[in-house]
Amino acid sequence: MTTSVEVSDLRGSPARHRKEARVAFVFRSAALVSILISVLIVGSLAVEALAFVVDVDWSKVWGEDAIGWFPRRNVFGILTLVSATLIVTAIAMVVALPLGLAAAIYLSEYASPRVRKILKPALEILAGIPSVVLGFFALRFLAPQVVGRVFADAAPANLAAAGIGVGILAIPLVASISEDGLGAVPDSLREASAGLGARKLTTTTRVVLPAALSGLIAAFIVAVSRAIGETMVVFIAGGAADSALQNFNPIEPGLTMTAAMASVASGTDNVAGEGPAFQSLFFVGILLFAVTLILNVLANKVVNKYRQEY
Amino acid sequence: MALTTPGEIAANAAKRKARPTPRVELSELRRKNDVAGTVFKGLLLGGIFVTFLILIVLLVQVVRDGSNVLTGRLGDFLSSGLGSSPEISGIAQALRGTFYVTLITALVAFPLGIASALYLEEYAPKSRLTNFINLNIRNLAGVPSVVYGILGLTIFVNGWGIRSITGGRTPIAAGLTLAALVLPIVIITATEALRGVPRALREAGYGVGATKSEVIKDHVLPYAAPGILTGTLLSIARAAGEAAPLILIGATTGFLSDIPGWGDVTQAREPFTALPIIIASWARQPQEGFKVDNAAAAIVVLVVFVLLVNAAAIFMRNRFERKRAGL
Repeated sequence: MTTSVEVSDLRGSPARHRKEARVAFVFRSAALVSILISVLIVGSLAVEALAFVVDVDWSKVWGEDAIGWFPRRNVFGILTLVSATLIVTAIAMVVALPLGLAAAIYLSEYASPRVRKILKPALEILAGIPSVVLGFFALRFLAPQVVGRVFADAAPANLAAAGIGVGILAIPLVASISEDGLGAVPDSLREASAGLGARKLTTTTRVVLPAALSGLIAAFIVAVSRAIGETMVVFIAGGAADSALQNFNPIEPGLTMTAAMASVASGTDNVAGEGPAFQSLFFVGILLFAVTLILNVLANKVVNKYRQEY
Repeated sequence: MALTTPGEIAANAAKRKARPTPRVELSELRRKNDVAGTVFKGLLLGGIFVTFLILIVLLVQVVRDGSNVLTGRLGDFLSSGLGSSPEISGIAQALRGTFYVTLITALVAFPLGIASALYLEEYAPKSRLTNFINLNIRNLAGVPSVVYGILGLTIFVNGWGIRSITGGRTPIAAGLTLAALVLPIVIITATEALRGVPRALREAGYGVGATKSEVIKDHVLPYAAPGILTGTLLSIARAAGEAAPLILIGATTGFLSDIPGWGDVTQAREPFTALPIIIASWARQPQEGFKVDNAAAAIVVLVVFVLLVNAAAIFMRNRFERKRAGL
């Protein structure tokens, strides 16, 4: 007599199945929270930003009457914030790109495993330093000792010092993304180049760097996005309290988009308020969100492209 | 073809021996003076040197500025509350605020982040929705922290119905805001840790009849735990140092009436302040006592905490990497 085994016998108990389904449901719900967060971010920005767009007197946002950013006097010259943001970002990139790239190339192409073991954690320490600390450093050291030494007529707190501070914050970021890009270049390329008699310098600059170009571009884009979104360094060291005149001079105080948001919000009673000053917070916020999102999407696209190449 | 006689072979060998072989010295193959190469390497090292010089100057500056308070009245500084003059002000409330905010952040972000990572790595089908979730997480990781502050202000502080739970501008609202901020980082690092778990481990589990959740609980999670823990520790350090979102949701910078005990959990629903907020607020004051001495002393406390957490994470990662390599 043969024992027959039905498929149903192999299926385990219904209780076990129900438990599995429950666990899967919980995990799935958790994963959907991140989408909920995105929706809430866009929603919370959009409602008040729309109110601002509808209510505000646009001649005070763009044009001749928009002489600066004075939210309490209903003057919202957005160009003031955008130009300050661009100045800070440009200075930050001048600092972060060469230093970050140097660290990445050295770590990826030259450093022995032993040196790497020391350098990597040291860079991680720099990456771990909170941005308020860089803000303090920019105000206390970079403004008087660096910018003040070079430009005698620089203001005690200025956009240039804030820009250098933001750049220092971005060094580890540039280094780590660039190093990922360099690491993705297959060793066979380096070996082929060395086999043809190329020296290390030639291999690095003519073979490895071009092959890693998209990774390096991604690092650049992410760093720009990070610099645009950095708040505390500029809030502390940018020199403008809560309003600023239109200014294209880096050694003068200025207000970036992020610093303007922090200024509108700081001071306990301002945040609760209504009216255009409060709503401008959301308008600037949605601009900031849109710009950084576009940059991040772009960086992802570039990274995915080079992943497919190798 | 003629067969070669043994005699001829011997003669040929002798002839070959007599012919001088061209000799190439190793030194001839070396490039003599690779000036450009040396300069390039020097530039790279110079860049790294500058980076670390900046780090050292920064730490020296902060410690020097904070030394008056740190050596003169450290105990008083740690146990006093916010005050109107620098000499009597301290960070007692800020320490408690940061503790509770970070605790709430961890309690919300860790389970949520690890569960999300488990879904994406272990359960999710290769579908459009999965791709979208992944893309969304990567984009969320790049959203500036001030923008999370707007989310916190609108939803967790003023949100309809949510305000009655969080109590407005409180550590709970701040903790939830920072949890949203670090969630993508937790998910990404946890996903990477899960990806490092060998397939064979899972298959062995299934092979002896374990269900998916049992395999995850008994094999996948324990194996990935160090990696997950490292990532989550780093995100805690990040949350503890964040100031911008807390400014947006309206943490107090001026005055708080009393200093609650460490264990007094009701302060999670009271007005609060936090270490990075106090630093930013002091650094912007005109008085030297606030903007230099007190701000720097508070920075030293914050940096020591953040560096300790970072060091713990890095140490753990290195330890486990070595252990794995030895397997």
